[in-house]
Formats: sequence, C-alpha cells, structure tokens
Amino acid sequence: MTAITAPAPSAAARPRGAVLDFAAQQPLGAVSFVIILLMTFAGIFSEWVAPYDPLHIDFAGILQPPSWEHWGGTDAYGRDIFSRIIYGARTALVISLTSSFVGSTIGAVLGIASAYFGGWIDDWIQRLMDILLAFPIIVLALVVVAALKSVILFGIDINLIIAIAIPIVPRVCRVVRAAAFSVRVMPYVDAARAAGYSDSRIIFRHMAPNVVAPYLIMFTAFMAQAILLEASLSFLGLGVTEPTAAWGLMLSGNAADFYREAPWMILFPGLAISLAVFAFNLFGDSLRDYLDPRFKV
Amino acid sequence: MLRYTLHRLLQMIPTLIGVAVLVFFMLRVIPGDVVEVKLRGDGGTVSQEVIEQERKRLGLDKPLIYQFADYMYGLATLDLGISMWTERPVTEEISLRLEISLQVAIMATIFAVMLAIPLGTTAALMRGTWVDYVVRIVTIGGLSIPSFWFGMLIMMGLLYFWNWLPPITFTPIYVDPVANLTQLIWPAMAVGYRYCAVVARMIRSSLLEVLNEDYIRTARAKGVFEKVVISRHALRNALLPAITVIGMEFAFLIGGLVVTEQVFNLNGIGKLFVQSVARSDFTLIQGMVMMLAVFYVFVNLVVDLLYAVFDPRIRYG
Repeated sequence: MTAITAPAPSAAARPRGAVLDFAAQQPLGAVSFVIILLMTFAGIFSEWVAPYDPLHIDFAGILQPPSWEHWGGTDAYGRDIFSRIIYGARTALVISLTSSFVGSTIGAVLGIASAYFGGWIDDWIQRLMDILLAFPIIVLALVVVAALKSVILFGIDINLIIAIAIPIVPRVCRVVRAAAFSVRVMPYVDAARAAGYSDSRIIFRHMAPNVVAPYLIMFTAFMAQAILLEASLSFLGLGVTEPTAAWGLMLSGNAADFYREAPWMILFPGLAISLAVFAFNLFGDSLRDYLDPRFKV
Repeated sequence: MLRYTLHRLLQMIPTLIGVAVLVFFMLRVIPGDVVEVKLRGDGGTVSQEVIEQERKRLGLDKPLIYQFADYMYGLATLDLGISMWTERPVTEEISLRLEISLQVAIMATIFAVMLAIPLGTTAALMRGTWVDYVVRIVTIGGLSIPSFWFGMLIMMGLLYFWNWLPPITFTPIYVDPVANLTQLIWPAMAVGYRYCAVVARMIRSSLLEVLNEDYIRTARAKGVFEKVVISRHALRNALLPAITVIGMEFAFLIGGLVVTEQVFNLNGIGKLFVQSVARSDFTLIQGMVMMLAVFYVFVNLVVDLLYAVFDPRIRYG
C-alpha cells in the first residue's frame, strides 16, 4: 500500500528491493545466503546431485583417497563420502529446520503471552524458563534423549527433534518477551483490548507480527545451533541412527581410527558441518544488523 | 551485600527444586529403564521374572511418588543416591571425574580470555577495516566449527606433523605437571576456540558502545593519551559485560565437554554423562544434572557479585 502512495518506496515494501538492499548492505550476509541456498538445493535434490547411492557398500573400494570418481574419497565400507555429505545435508536440514521452527515458535508464543498477561502467568513462565536455562544446551538435549528413547516416524527421528527444540524454547522466549514488552504498551494493543478482542487474537494478530524481526533472527541463529547439536548428538551415537547419512555420524565410531590412513573421512564431513553452521550464523548476524538498526554500529 | 547474597541464595532453592522435579519426571515419562538396557542390552533373552527381580532390587518397582519422595529426601540431605548401573554412590562417581573436567575448563577459560581481549579490542578499535572483518570471520568460525571436530583436527595435526598423540592415561597436575599438561592442553584448546570467539565478540560490541560514552569524549578532550583512554577508561568498562559471558560459558563448559571428552578419550564428567544416558542410569543422570545446575546458579551469583566489585556504581542493598 505504501509502495503505491509513497514517493520513495521503502525497501521493505518491495520484496525484490529488500533482497538487493540486504545484499548491498550485508555482503557477508549475501554470501552466507548463497551457501544456504546451495545446501538447501543439495538437500532437496540429493537423488540428482549425489553421484552415488550413499548407502552403497563396496568392499572392493574402501578407504580410497579423493579422486575424480570419488570427490570426497570413500569410507571404511567403500561408501562415497561426497554422496553421503549431499544426503547428510538433507538430514541436517530436515532435523534442524523442524526443531528450530518448533522451538522458536513455542518460545515466541510463550514470550508474547508472558509479556501480554504479565502478573503470575509471567512469573510462572519465566520461572520455568529459568529452570530450563540452568542446563547447558547439549545436557538438556541429552536428558530428553535419555527420556524419550528412540521414536522414529516417517524415517525421521522425532525424539531428536524434540531434544533439540526444547533447549531453544527458553532462549527464544526471553528475547521475544523483551521485545513484546515494548509492543504491549503500544496504543494499538490498548485499542484492540478496548475493542474487546480476545486475548489470543491480540497475541497472534496484533502483537506477533510486531515481534517477527527478533523471531526471525533467533530462528536463523538457532538453525545454526540445531545443526551443531544434531551433529554432536549423532557423533555421540545418540542422534541419527545408522545407516542414515548424517554428518555427525560420519565422524563417529571408527572414523577416528583412520586419522592417518584416511584423513578425508574426518575432513569433509566436519567441513560440511562448519560451513553450514557458519552460513546460518553469519546470515543470522547480518539479518540482525539489517532488521534491527539499533544494533548497527 | 551480605543481605543480597543471602537473598539470592534463597532464590536459588526454587530453581534447583524445579530442576530436580523436571528431570525426575522427564526421565520417567516413557517406560523403559536401566534394567532393560542392562539385561537385554546384547539382545539376549531374559525372562520377565528376572527383570522384575532386578527392578525390585533397585527400588524401581515402587510407586513413582514413593521414588520421588525418596529422591527429594536424598537431595535435601545431600545424598544423590546410588548409580543404577555401577551401584556405587553417585557422588563418588562424579568426584572421580570432576578433577579432569574442571582442569580442562579452567585451562580453556585462561586460553580463551587471554586471546579474546586483544582480539575483541583490536576489532573494535579498527572497526570497519579488514582487521575487523578478519576477526569477525575468525570469531564466527569459532562459533561454527564444532569443538569435537576441531579436536579431531588437532589430533590429526599432531599425528601428521610430530607423529605423536597425547597420552591417554590421566596424570594429576600435582604428580607430573608436564604429562598432565601435554594431555589436557589439546582438549582445552578445542573447547577454548568457541569460548574465545564468544568473549571476543562481546568485548568488541561492548567496547564500541563504551567508546560512544560521554566520559570517553571528556577524557579525550582533556588530553588524556589515547592509550590510556582505551586501557583505563574504555576497556575497564567494556570488560564488565564480558565477565557475564565468561562466567556463563565457564558454567556451561563443564557440560559442553560432553562431546569433546569423547574425542580425546578423557574420562571426565562429559563422558560419564554420555555413558549414563546410553545406559538409562537415571540416578546418575539426575545427580549430574543437579551438580551442573548448582554450579550454574552459583557462577551466576558470583558473576553478579563481581559486578559490584568491579563497578562501584553497582551496589546491592
């Protein structure tokens, strides 16, 4: 609407302009976005991108160094490492996207509700969040893993998603609550209350759209955390189960026995994790600088 | 100050009780316990009778409320119970491994802080230049590279360049400092990188904020040397928020060692934790979580008290 009437349309009003504007202001952010796109592409179209079947075992070709046939070499079962990394992108994305989404959304809703209702509801929610914050992320995730055992639906480790989502909730809740407090005192919230709208309508229709910026920033930042966490849990043997191709899993087990003979078994999966986490971290960082000028220095 | 400290100590109690309750019930939401892992672990068939017997012996057959009361009573008397797997006291299992993890955590902290202060300060002072960009990339790298993989790279590097791997058996530092340090310096570096990155970023942003303050302009206007402005006026204030981060990261480092200890084969808290999760050793998990939570709230308190020590404007009534 503003784009039509305003003489100089703001960047946010034109989606395409916003992307270009973002790229111009945040070159590092644009680079990270490209990495994320590539990773997403590899994850969605793994079947076409990967040169080999990631599960195909070939005992005639074990521990082969990187070559034109096998870009990333092969592992102790003769499986193609490059293909496993491509399929690993899918595993990493599916798990981190769902867990980060679930965790951030629950956290955001709790945060807004906490700020909106105030009083004893706020007290109780915050107390519960304090309890959850007293755990290091991975410890909380491990407790959930210990509690849930293995739950697999449609080939996805549901227990893993819950385990990663729960530690995200209190961290997002705190940030969104702080942002929601400043929204709560806005006249339009008072107006909505005076108009007699229901609490849930005010929370979801009036307040939520105004805390989208911190939500998005936290969501992207926790994508990075979730990928890291999934890799760590899989590395420990408590995450994704064999034979699924997952980056953390590729580093676990006997991979460490081949430090000398097959360093590529260690090198490439770790690079994939680092690059993915790096891209999401950098993107979240740039998004924050772009969306929240208060942080701009 | 004393009143404030006492008040804070009292405030910790509900949080810690909350942690205890949460963990206790979370672990028992889904059926399945240590007995099944222990007796059916290798796929062997064990009669239901034997399992029931073992459950009875471990007290797992009693009603949940009774078990819970037992557990809370134990906590109140500082008794963490007996590990369901090794059947040794939980406190003993933990104290055996605490030394090694604590030492790695302290070494990582020293390593991280010593590196983070110059990194963060230069980045802030040279804001917008290539130096700032390099520091930004290095620190985001620290947040992105998994510490366990970094640890593996260190091991590979040691093997490749010196054909040497750190000793596997732990020697306490008071027995043989050299053997101790050559073993533990590597895991400390592996977890210290991330730590350093977090602290350096904090120092950079808080220093940038402080440099905009009026008192910095005043100091410059009255002709104080730039070096003194930075070290005495700016850095001193900028380090305050960094103290929080250092404290929190330290408290969480003990937990964060979970994965890295696996790589370096250190028999510390982290390894014990992973083991107890894999074995569904509920009492040990509960005990370790309680220890970490107590540690966390204490570090929190210490950080807040340090604030008052370093910043005369803060006084707790």
